[in-house]
Order: sequence, then structure tokens, then C-alpha cells
Amino acid sequence: MSETLLEIKDVSKFFPGVRALDHVDFDLRPGEVHALVGENGAGKSTLIKIVSGLYTPTEGKMFFGGKECSFESPHEAIMQGVSVIYQELNLVPHMSIAENIYFSHLPMNKMGIVNKKKVFDDTRELLDYMGLKENPRTKVNALPVARQQLVEIAKAVSMDSKIIIMDEPTSALSPTEIDNLFRIIRDLKQKGHGIVYVSHKLEEIFELAERITVLRDGQYVDTVNTPDVDAGKLIAMMVGREVKDLYPKVGGTIGDVVMQVEHLTNDIVKDISFYVRSGEIVGFSGLMGAGRTELGRALIGADPRFEGTVTVGGEVLLPNSTEASQKAGIGYVPENRKEQGIFAAADVKFNMTISTIKNFSAKIGISKSKEVEKVNEMVGKLGIKTPTIMQLIQKLSGGNQQKVILARSLIKEDLKVLIIDEPTRGIDIGAKAEIYSILDQLAQAGVGVVMMSSEMPEILSMCDRIYVMKHGRISGELTCDEATQERLLQRAI
Amino acid sequence: MEKLEKRGNVFGRIMQNELSMLVVALIGLMVVFSILTEVFFTPLNLLNVLRQVSYNAIAAIGMAMIIISGEIDLSVGSLQALAGVLAVMALNATGNVVVAVVVALAISIAAGVANGVLVTVLGLNSFIATLATMAIWRGMIMIITNAVSQIISVPDFSKIGTASVAGIPIPIIIMVVLVVVFHFVLNNSAFGRYIYAVGGNRESAKLAGLNVKKIKMLVYILGNLLFGVSAVILTARLDSGQPNAGEGMEMNVVAATVLGGVSMTGGTGTLLGAIVGVVILGVIQNGLVLLNVNSFWQDVVRGIVIILAVYLDVRRKISVEKRLLRESQQAQQA
Repeated sequence: MSETLLEIKDVSKFFPGVRALDHVDFDLRPGEVHALVGENGAGKSTLIKIVSGLYTPTEGKMFFGGKECSFESPHEAIMQGVSVIYQELNLVPHMSIAENIYFSHLPMNKMGIVNKKKVFDDTRELLDYMGLKENPRTKVNALPVARQQLVEIAKAVSMDSKIIIMDEPTSALSPTEIDNLFRIIRDLKQKGHGIVYVSHKLEEIFELAERITVLRDGQYVDTVNTPDVDAGKLIAMMVGREVKDLYPKVGGTIGDVVMQVEHLTNDIVKDISFYVRSGEIVGFSGLMGAGRTELGRALIGADPRFEGTVTVGGEVLLPNSTEASQKAGIGYVPENRKEQGIFAAADVKFNMTISTIKNFSAKIGISKSKEVEKVNEMVGKLGIKTPTIMQLIQKLSGGNQQKVILARSLIKEDLKVLIIDEPTRGIDIGAKAEIYSILDQLAQAGVGVVMMSSEMPEILSMCDRIYVMKHGRISGELTCDEATQERLLQRAI
Repeated sequence: MEKLEKRGNVFGRIMQNELSMLVVALIGLMVVFSILTEVFFTPLNLLNVLRQVSYNAIAAIGMAMIIISGEIDLSVGSLQALAGVLAVMALNATGNVVVAVVVALAISIAAGVANGVLVTVLGLNSFIATLATMAIWRGMIMIITNAVSQIISVPDFSKIGTASVAGIPIPIIIMVVLVVVFHFVLNNSAFGRYIYAVGGNRESAKLAGLNVKKIKMLVYILGNLLFGVSAVILTARLDSGQPNAGEGMEMNVVAATVLGGVSMTGGTGTLLGAIVGVVILGVIQNGLVLLNVNSFWQDVVRGIVIILAVYLDVRRKISVEKRLLRESQQAQQA
């Protein structure tokens, strides 16, 4: 038993409407890299959050060094020697690199006074080891995202944690930085640390990992030794079926330009010019922090545009009004459904018609019967699974919530352009294919679709044209035929 | 499970339960006071209770809309004095009742614009912003009057608060009409939906194409206009312009609204609930007076009712979350 650092047995986690983890097993031995793979929504993040004490499991047991335990808080997990490097950075922006690395375990004397010199000296040493040539006193918010991620990793190293969990650590790193990271990971491995490595990039996994555990839709698929599998087999395990079924693209007839963007600039995105034609699906790819989401928000006026124009149907839109962009026929589906999409306290009907409620007019006020009729029609058309349209939207699964938010735009009679940010984030695989099919049908009906996505497979399979973004600018444009994963990455890094 | 699904909408179910729960509580209180006092359950006294609560109820319509939109307005009480006293001054200067009412309403609209600008344009927290305007309005009316009451010299004005049509006091008629109108606005108009949307999730509302600032601004203006109506009735009933009129009223109105199921976090609640909340507070006050309870004790009781109201609000949220979790677990195990 003492051979494992961490053992998870039969762990489940339920949320309202979602079975995030369903009887999952996982274990980690000293000196190994154990990769955790699966599609978005497979349950990887949930598993990480359970190990790090952010979530308590609904069912199942956890053992650390052979002893059963359950963490009530992230602090307990840290004390037990678990460090997590999350994809979203957890640094304090206005503090120095050194303070960020050491603030949970500052070296203090008996009086509780911090030994500042030691903090900065130790940080200097650590940064050298990491291959980072930064001043320990530099404030973290002055660093580019990639360096911030390396600081996050340095923090885990400094704590000398037995278990280090890395969630997509390379998503913002350049090739040299990745090499450096791999060197550190191998070194940690030799020192007997166990590393849980979560990544979409299979080549990294084949390079680093001893074993691979695959999750799918919250369920445990299998744990395999890396030499026993190849990429094809791994993908089949992750997806559970042939990938081509997932993308039902027929494609629309491409017509005139419906949206023209010229030199759009604000505090994040710079000098963006592009166009969208009717019947076309245009993708925006790029690394984390490249400005895709910010571009989407600027297009609809949710964040103000400083310079440049967005023209839809011959009309130049106001730079800071979501109301005006809605009226011009732009639909928008945001990235974070819960925070930016749904009205959690309201029902399906309310959520679907909030943008268009004025169109259901009666003599005075609104016609509820017209509204109910339309909503029921959309529920049938999109296959939204809900007992009634008076159901609280919170109680629906992620995929069905996403369909309701999509329907909010689809019931606009004058919909010209649909902007959708991360169309399938947090959605199980069955609903994914349905969302893709809806987008494809929209294009066939002559709507121009703009799709921001971090998932290359969906960009490559769904889009007619792809723009790659980097540091807030467009760094490349590719047609469907030209685009490959490598070419997108080349332009993104 | 079957039963659960048949009843469908949890939201509606809770709200219905809650409204019926409040009505049951109200009836319970009325039974208690009817047993304890002979006077309580007489047509005269009940009509009197309704007339006493009428201006709070009208203000609660405005407060409910503002709280549902995700904000609050604490300046309601001070506005009673500012609008009321200036209306009396206009009345005494012109001798015209209509001019007086118009002055009161115009000042209220201006106050609504001021609060709306502070919250939407300057982006101040509405609790703090309206706490400040509450002090400013009160200070202004004290400066203008030098803290002296203004006697009404045109008796017609006072009839707004005292006269009856077909045996029903005018304040009650105004209250009922406004409740009906704004119940319709909240439930059957696009604007009503927008109020729930901006209070339920500001970011979602913005991204769905709603002009959040404009909607909140309109809600403040409408809400303060309703406060102005209540100021006219209150002033007419007091038969004078009192610079200290409406002191502490914000507490009564906010408490009644929350007691009626309008959540302080915004986006949920009904107008009818808020009105029942006002009536419950009114009945308690009337009952305690009839029982000769010392007025200081009345304050204590009111405070306890407020704590109870907010506690119910918290419990409500927890129980909704628990229910959601339980139901989804049941569904998953099935």
C-alpha cells in the first residue's frame, strides 16, 4: 500500500443536473508521471478539485500514502503535500514573484518576522533552476502569461510537494519554455515526486507519462501503460466512437459578406480586420489569453471599441452597445454559461425569450400564448430535454442549457451573424454533436457563424475559414483545406 | 418522482407556497388579534388598517421593483418629507391642488434621476449612494423649512388622504389601482421581464442585448415616482408638511418587501408578496396599538419581524439549492 502516494477508489461527484464523476479510480506512485486525459467535460477538473480539497466527493474513498483521508479545504491538501497548478492562474497580481511563491510558507523567525532576504535569495535560486531570468522583486502582473505560469510551477516546486498536479501546463508556453518544463518534470520524477499531468496534447503525454488514465463523460474508462497504446487507440478511448461522427458538417452556400470588421482596437485586441459571409462558419483559434473572448465581446459592444468599425447589413454599429448589436441581427453565446449566459433563478421560457420578448406583442403588454408557442417549437426543434418550459434552467444539463442560450439567438427572425464562444465547453459528448449540427444548419440557412474555440478538432472540422490570434492580433488566416493542427499552432505561438 | 414532475416548476411552486404561507400567517395574525381584542375584526378597523398601510404599500411597489432589479433605495423616507413639504409650499403659494401634486411628483422624478445617475452612471453601490441621498434630502428640507411644519391652507388637498368614494377611502383606491397596474407591468410587459433579468444576472442581461443602465435608471425613476405618490397621501393624511415625515420608513418598506419574498440579491419575488408583507406589518402594528402595547415595544417587535424576514430569505435560498441537489441525485441514481 505504501507504494502509492495517492489512491482514489470509486469516487463520485454529483452536481445539480450533472454527474461530473461516476465511480472513478485513480492512483499515483512515487517517481511517475500519470497522465489524465479525456475530452472537455470528461471530469478531469472535477477529479483534480477533489484531490486538492476544493470539492468533497459525494461517494468513494481517498488514500494518501496508504491512509484514508478526505480534505475539508484546499489548505489541508497543501499541508498533506498536494500542489495544483491550475490552468487559470492563481497568482496575486500586485505582489512580487518571490512573495507569490512563498506566501503560503514564508520563512519566519520565532517572533513571526519574515526573513525577507531569505525569501528573495531562495527565489533567485529557484528561478535559476527553472531557467527563468526574472528579478524576484518583479510584480507578477508585469510578466507575460507564459512566465506567470512558470512562476506558478516554481511555487509548487518550492513547497516540495509529494504530489504535483499540472492542468494543461503548456497551453501558453513557447517550445523552449516547454523543453525547460519537461526537464524540470523529469528531475522531479527522479527525486521521487508523483506528477498528475492533464493535457490535451497527446504527443506530450507520450513523451512524459508512464501511465495514462482515460475519463469519458465523468466515467472511468481505463488505466493503461503508455507503451501499450498509440494515439489512435487513445483517442478512441477518449471519444468512445469514431471521431468523424461527431462533426456532421454539410456546409452552407457561401454568399455575400454579412459582417465586416475593420481595424477594431481596444485595450486587449489590436487592429483586427476580417469578414464573415452568409452561410460561412469562421473560426478563431489561438492560445489561452490570445484575445479570442475579448474580440467576441468587442464585436457585440460588451467591451467598448476604441477604434475601428463593425458593419452588419450596411450599418456601422455603435461601439459600446449590446442593444444596438442585437438590433442589427447579431446573436451571441458567451463562454461561461453560468456567469454570463443563464438567468439561474428563471425558467427555460424566460431564458429563451429575454432578447426578443418585445416581438411577442399583444394589444397591451406581451402575448404569453405566442411566446409559449414559439418556445415549445424551439424545444422540439433543438431537442431540448426538459419536462416543461416552466422548468428552472438550472436543473437542465449543460448541453440543454447551451441549447436554450442558442435558441435565444435563433428565435431572432433577422439573425445575420451568430458569435459563439467555446460552443461546447462543459457539455457531454452526445450534446456536442447536436450543437455542431445546429451550427451547421444555421450556416445552411444563410447565417454567418463566428466561432471562438480553444479546441482545435472542432475548429478544424467545423470551420470554412480560420483566423489565428496571438497577443490580441490576427496572426494568420487559413482556409479549411489548408488548416492543420500544426499550422494553427505555428501561427499561435 | 411522478408527483414531482407533475408539479413541474420548482420556482413557481416555492413562490406559490411562499405566497400562500404568507397569507396563512396573515390570517393567523388576524385571528389572534380578533380573539384578543373586540375592535380588531370590525369593518371600520379593517378599513383603517388598509388606509394606514396604503402609503407604505404604494412605496413598496416601487421598492419591490428596485430590489428585483438588483438595487435598493434607502432615500424613500426622506423623499416623503422633501416632496411632501415642497408640495404644501406650492399649494399654499398657488392655492391649486393639482400644482401641489405635480410639484411632489416632479421632485420625486428628479430624485429618481439623481439616484439612478449615482448608481448607473457613476457606478456607486446603491446601498451607500441612497444612504447618502437619504441624508441629503432630509438635510435639504430641514434647511428649507428651518425644521418648522408647513400648515396646509387649502383643505381640498387633505381630502386626498381623508375622503372616500362609495365608502372606500381614496388612498385605498389609489393603492389598489397602482398594484393592479404594476402587477401587470412586472408580469406582462417586456419591461417587467427586463427588470427581473438585470437583477437576476447583470452580465447575462447585458450580453443578451439589454441596456442594463437604461433599465435600472427607468426603475429608479418609476420607483421614486411611486414614492412621490405615497408622499402626497402621507402629507394629506398628516394635514401638514412635516419636515420629519417618513423617518424610518425605509426600514418598514424594505422589511415588508423582503418579508413578502422579494430577495435582496435581486431577480426574484413578486409584487403581490410585497403587498402582503406590508399588510402583515400593518396588522401587527394595529393589533399592538389595540392591545395598548407601549410604542417602544412596537419597535422591538418590528425589528424582530425584520430579522425573521431576512432569515426566511436566507433559508429559502439554502432550501432551493438543497432541493436542486437532492433532485438531481435522485434522477441520477434512478
